[in-house]
Amino acid sequence: MLDDMKPEDITGDYQEVTLNLYDGAKRKVLYTQIETPYPDGKLIVSTTDPEGVITHVNQAFIEMSGYTEDELINAPHSILRHPDMPPAAFKDLWDTVQRGDKWQGFVKNLRKDGGYYWVKATVIPNVRKGKVVGYTSVRRKPSRTKVEECIRLYPTLF
Amino acid sequence: MPNMFTVSPDFPPDHISGWYIFNTWLQKQTGEAIHLEMYNNFPTQRAAIDQDKIDLIYANPFDAAMLVREKGFSPLVRPVGVTDEAIIAVQAQNAVEDVAHLSPGIRVAVTEDPDVRLMGMIMLEPGDLDNSNVQAIVCDSYILIAKQLLRGDADVGIFLAEAYDNLSNIIKSQLKVLVRSQISVVHHSLMIGPRLADKKEVFQKLLVDMNNDEKGQGVLKSLGFDAWIRVDDEEMEFMIDLMDTLNT
Ligand SMILES: Cc1cc2nc3c(=O)[nH]c(=O)nc-3n(C[C@H](O)[C@H](O)[C@H](O)COP(=O)(O)O)c2cc1C
Repeated sequence: MLDDMKPEDITGDYQEVTLNLYDGAKRKVLYTQIETPYPDGKLIVSTTDPEGVITHVNQAFIEMSGYTEDELINAPHSILRHPDMPPAAFKDLWDTVQRGDKWQGFVKNLRKDGGYYWVKATVIPNVRKGKVVGYTSVRRKPSRTKVEECIRLYPTLF
Repeated sequence: MPNMFTVSPDFPPDHISGWYIFNTWLQKQTGEAIHLEMYNNFPTQRAAIDQDKIDLIYANPFDAAMLVREKGFSPLVRPVGVTDEAIIAVQAQNAVEDVAHLSPGIRVAVTEDPDVRLMGMIMLEPGDLDNSNVQAIVCDSYILIAKQLLRGDADVGIFLAEAYDNLSNIIKSQLKVLVRSQISVVHHSLMIGPRLADKKEVFQKLLVDMNNDEKGQGVLKSLGFDAWIRVDDEEMEFMIDLMDTLNT
């Protein structure tokens, strides 16, 4: 379960919307138009269990998301879900990794402070002794041209 | 038949005698006959791995997936505090300050080191550059990459960060770093093959304890390392998964 976002955590003017998450839960999110640039040279890494619950994050993940490690571990990965992301993108992500394949795509993520950051993400199943024990996502800095394509495309996918 | 040991061909040239000294130490400590075979390049080393000739390898992270998943190797140790990072550099007078300002068609000087090349190409992606629209100039060493840049024969160089840092100050003053990776989890490791699998614990313990006596410290020094630290299977699997996402 994810708590609603709180006005006191937000930096700048914000809008409000309630997201319907996959598991039937709802979450009120508060979001601004403030972009945090992707840090050069870093990878943002997280691992989840087979259900998408976060089990590991690296330091770059913590810094970019604005949450503490304690807030992230055991939270569903939809804690970063931004209202501008079309649900079809995440359906494709899950369909792909559950088939055992790699998924790659551009994702707009929501920070704890209401701001956002774009990433190029690659998600793969973690196979140990023939069994899928979780998933790992590694994000890298996206090119501006690709991000601009997504800014045009994603609103048409709702 | 002695066991066959080999080292990732990207080792710094001044450590070559260090690896022979290390092999002598390892044979004495383990009582195993081990022959050290140095290959000049990655393709010949991979051919030897493919033919199951290798029992022990100081492996490039790029080859770890193949060694573990196809050849049944498992990790022993890695050097403490040594991770592989990449640097994107240009000539100092180059007006470009950001990878995003580089143009398709540029000449990129690289070595054959597969992990550094991969990390470097990922750092060029924000400039919409990839293998299809850059011209790779493959060099035998990082010094030669620097020379290509200084002569204007290449526009961008992809360096192993450690090798860049070890360039002379005169050379570095004529270059400019655009990006330095901070990945922290990609590293070379010493790995043991299936024929020696029952010796894994013995090898691991000897290596982890190596910095506790003067002799061992001296041998480590000749390799440029302070100590070995244990790599468990899950740490290696995590690195393999990470390399796998980068290689896409
Ligand atoms: C390894 C992994 C990493 C993920 N990373 C993100 C992420 O960074 N941002 C995000 O919005 N969703 C991410 N997801 C997808 C979420 O699990 C979730 O599907 C998505 O946020 C949409 O929420 P919903 O499925 O509840 O509708 C990730 C999933 C996996 C398996």
